[in-house]
Amino acid sequence: MAASDAPNGDVLIRNAFGSVLAFLILLLIGVLAFSIRLFSVIKYESVIHEFDPYFNYRVTQFLTKNGIYDFWNWFDDRTWYPLGRVIGGTVYPGLTLTAGTLYWFLHSLNIPLSVETVCVFTAPIFSAFASWATYLLTKEIKGVGAGLTAAALLAMVPSYISRSVAGSYDNEAVAIFALIFTFYLYIKTLNTGSLFYATLNSLSYFYMVCSWGGYTFIINLIPMHVLLCIVTGRYSSRLYIAYAPLVILGTLLAALVPVVGFNAVMTSEHFASFLVFIIIHVVALVYYIKGILSPKMFKVALALVVSIGLAVCCAMVAVIIALVASSPTKGWSGRSLSLLDPTYASKYIPIIASVSEHQPPTWPSYFMDINVLAFLIPAGIIACFSPLSDASLFAVLYIVLSVYFSGVMVRLMLVLAPAACILSGIALSQAFDVFTRSIKFQLPSLSDHSHIDARDASSENVVLDDTIKTDKNEDTPKERMTKRSKKKEKEPVEKPPTKFQIKKRLSVLPFEASIIAVILLVLLVAFYVVHCVWAAAEAYSAPSIVLTSHSNDGLHVFDDFREAYAWLSHNTDVDDKVASWWDYGYQTTAMANRTVIVDNNTWNNTHIATVGTAMSSPEKAAWEIFHSLDVKYVLVVFGGLVGYPSDDINKFLWMVRIGGGVFPHIKEPDYLRDGQYRIDSMATPTMLNCLMYKLSYYRFVETDGKAFDRVRRTEIGKKYFKLTHFEEVFTTHHWMVRIYKLKPPKNRIRGKNKKSKSKTSSTTTSKRKGTRRNPF
Amino acid sequence: IDLTSHIIKVYLTLKVENLGTSPASEVHLAFSPAEAEHLAIVKAAATSGKRKKKTYIPLDVKSAELPDGPNGTKFFTVTLLTPLNKGETATLEVLYILTHSLEPFPVEITQSESQLVYFRDSAILLSPYHVKEQTTFIKTPSTRVESFTVVDPAKRAGTELKYGPYEDQPPYSYSPVLVHFENNNPFAVVEELEREIEISHWGNVQVTERYRLVHAGARHKGAFSRVEYQTRPDATGVSSFKHLLAKLPPRVHSVYYRDEIGNVSTSNLRTDYRKSELEFQPRYPLFGGWKSTFVIGYGLPLQDFLFESPDGRRYLNFTFGCPLTQTVVDKLILKVVLPEGSKDPTAVIPFQVDQHLEIKYSYLDVIGRTVVVLEKSNVVPEHNVPFQVYYTFNPIFMLAEPLMLSIAIFLFFVASVSYLHADLSIRK
Repeated sequence: MAASDAPNGDVLIRNAFGSVLAFLILLLIGVLAFSIRLFSVIKYESVIHEFDPYFNYRVTQFLTKNGIYDFWNWFDDRTWYPLGRVIGGTVYPGLTLTAGTLYWFLHSLNIPLSVETVCVFTAPIFSAFASWATYLLTKEIKGVGAGLTAAALLAMVPSYISRSVAGSYDNEAVAIFALIFTFYLYIKTLNTGSLFYATLNSLSYFYMVCSWGGYTFIINLIPMHVLLCIVTGRYSSRLYIAYAPLVILGTLLAALVPVVGFNAVMTSEHFASFLVFIIIHVVALVYYIKGILSPKMFKVALALVVSIGLAVCCAMVAVIIALVASSPTKGWSGRSLSLLDPTYASKYIPIIASVSEHQPPTWPSYFMDINVLAFLIPAGIIACFSPLSDASLFAVLYIVLSVYFSGVMVRLMLVLAPAACILSGIALSQAFDVFTRSIKFQLPSLSDHSHIDARDASSENVVLDDTIKTDKNEDTPKERMTKRSKKKEKEPVEKPPTKFQIKKRLSVLPFEASIIAVILLVLLVAFYVVHCVWAAAEAYSAPSIVLTSHSNDGLHVFDDFREAYAWLSHNTDVDDKVASWWDYGYQTTAMANRTVIVDNNTWNNTHIATVGTAMSSPEKAAWEIFHSLDVKYVLVVFGGLVGYPSDDINKFLWMVRIGGGVFPHIKEPDYLRDGQYRIDSMATPTMLNCLMYKLSYYRFVETDGKAFDRVRRTEIGKKYFKLTHFEEVFTTHHWMVRIYKLKPPKNRIRGKNKKSKSKTSSTTTSKRKGTRRNPF
Repeated sequence: IDLTSHIIKVYLTLKVENLGTSPASEVHLAFSPAEAEHLAIVKAAATSGKRKKKTYIPLDVKSAELPDGPNGTKFFTVTLLTPLNKGETATLEVLYILTHSLEPFPVEITQSESQLVYFRDSAILLSPYHVKEQTTFIKTPSTRVESFTVVDPAKRAGTELKYGPYEDQPPYSYSPVLVHFENNNPFAVVEELEREIEISHWGNVQVTERYRLVHAGARHKGAFSRVEYQTRPDATGVSSFKHLLAKLPPRVHSVYYRDEIGNVSTSNLRTDYRKSELEFQPRYPLFGGWKSTFVIGYGLPLQDFLFESPDGRRYLNFTFGCPLTQTVVDKLILKVVLPEGSKDPTAVIPFQVDQHLEIKYSYLDVIGRTVVVLEKSNVVPEHNVPFQVYYTFNPIFMLAEPLMLSIAIFLFFVASVSYLHADLSIRK
């Protein structure tokens, strides 16, 4: 009795110790996930980054100031002048509401953090949550070890860091957590068949719908998984419980979000879920009937049902196809279509193609963003197959789909990152499992050996020699494997399904090979960590509104954007309209609090095309367009003096292309010389006379006498010119932002007077002729 | 009259004689309504001794009402140390400071022009008394004086205009003078300054200053060309300014300078044991009429500013006024945030201010902190004098928040433990 008790207690203690250890590790992973994202705050400052976060920040400010009801009804007249924008109905409110709740909670405890601080730190907090969710998800798929490894990998995967550094206050920051957590709850429901988790799952899905347009990924991935399960004969009542409530509750809840609304049932993105919903019911019915009928009867019934069912299905499909085909985009939104057909955007919607994050990624960006995970993924896939469960099937499906999507758009690398972490976590943990087990298995025997040879000088060498001798037959192939750790995982992977004792015997690898493999794996992971920290510190922490450059005489700070926005906000009238290319719309409304014509929410292509047309028109035509839009100031970003590459001249291509897409008098070839946009002496006259060129290079020649553009690395084509309809009112310290004011229409009237004078003189002469004629 | 900056300093040296019969203990100073509106401070001192060994004894100055003042003339009363008997004379030094009294003309200038201003005053001192002899000197910042009203005898030499001497002027005589001259000094005006001084008995005084700065000179007209501003700094934008200097107390730490959209990266802090100087630039050079807002914050060691008075109360000894040099503050709001649990605050300030109390909730406060709010308009650097806020404070309140936190964490653990041991299922 005592003998049997002792191991029980031992196991209990070990379990308790293990869970405490796991808890501590998780806590540390959370701290790691949070703190690795603070590089931006430490190296720069606690500030909102980039473009979209500024909009979210502004919405959050409005929410905390005016409350939730005003937020739903908010009509923003500061943007898309003169159209305006209904913010409450067109924004994914998840992020804003999250930060708003956080803010209210802190203030109810009398912790007076500013909205900005809360917004800046929302993303790091949620990435800690996301790594915990990854732990849960991977634990459901492959156990605690894999879970912890995956969580640690996710905590610092560069792809996710790039979207969730402190200050990057964007939808993705909370959406990735929601995505992983929804998947976790789905798998949890699938594993337990509990309706409780199914309900939680739809709530989590609701949160995801609130947060990000990427929720369509969930509502397509889960049906696909369900379908795959059904096709591979894995249907169970657990699958039904995991899926059916999600579709019903999830769709109902999703329809509550104003921005989704009836899209939850009307657009093609959601169609797959309903189709699979029907299929799963049919399958459930079939299983049910199969259960109550005898096999013979069942065959008869099957034949009957299939023939009727096929007819009904054909009719249904015909109706649906007719419905879908009747809409021009086949019921798909532009972005989704460009996912299915990667060439779609560049063919039809230049505005989507113009965003750099909508471009397909290059190979280096995979290495940059997921690093060694890219090599571990195949191993992970194999590990998933070794005992194929519903959950691991899901992981495989997830990685396959997300690899495809990330190949279409750079920004969807973000969806790939969790999948890559999960599979790499599985791979790594399985590999470690096998290696350490084989080391442990051989250790007692080794220690016996070494005891014998202990008195000899170099026991270790002897031991190694011994093992080499004993395992010589197996040695050569396995050493080859150690060189390519990827292959290594194949070996362990095959073992888990078999029974424990058999596995133990089968999976034993030679001792030194295991040690080398472990060391190599540790090195691999260490390399990954080093890369991640480097990426977090150097590559992804720049807030992009403040630029720094290192040169021989120290650090240079280029704070021109905020200089310009501060100037606008303090020295122009509150109701003045500022026109700029749409990239700067969000920042202008948030930082300068001025009305803009177009902004980063590119919902109205015509409006953007109007601004693009104005920028690519000659001065007078541009003045007329801007004047008709009630614009008072025009803001251009110019990098030619300091060499800031993403300035408006480099974006000019898109202005022409988008403008020309709507207004055919803007023809792209007019701006091209030998198929290139040039601003040097080879530039076309249309180019040299367009507004963008003039506003960018106005009086530029006076800086160095040569007008050498450091971005294009050339001298500009036309150096001396005057502006007749615009006047420079502000240029920042490094010339990065230049603000021009439209001259009042007085000028034009004077010009017209001259013209009309000449006209009137001519008319008077003709009149005189007339009058002369008249008396007679 | 010193017109070299936009803060006008007027030094009056009065030699008063009592011609009446009864001893006079007060001297009245008269100001025209326009002056009175812009009057920031009036100081008076009695001088005694010879030239070299002059000693100044500050005198009380109060505003007063006199029944016979014409056209809304405002009066201030200087109380003399010893009443003057018949025939006695005394010498008084009076300093008063006028703000917003230089009127830019032309009202709008372009970038390449320099700023010209009007100054209006009277050649003859406005006074309720008979003035026997008077001379007025006006000092201008540069030799460029466009025009000035000639009231004989008047003459101009270099940067100085001399009116007078005028003799035997009757009471309330007035002779308007208009001086039109160049003044390219920065007309830095802080429209509103909110200084928040937060005392923590854990050893820190945190000061947060929110500025709303404006260039109150001639408004900028037309284009701003960065080329000209950068390549010819002497010839363009002479009236604009881009540097500001703040004098902060010594041993200042964790200074920050930011505005509502983030840090402003152009600042420079010099510290030594006597004073700290923060030199900083607004985001953009300020031209006439341009505005800017920013926040400066810093921490100070508690022992330098907080003392215990003999009766057991504590008091904060801090400088009133704006730390920026050469600026006028239109409205200064000074908030002293006392620690949570302090009672009976009283403020002692050497001049008239509006006072009231507020409650502020800061980190994890339950009952809130008492805030003494002092408001004053038209503040000039001469107002940078110490003031005191007395209050009583029990040190036990220092421990309230740490205790609260530890109790909350303890309760959380107790709750977790009891949850783990409780069986909440309905069926066994």
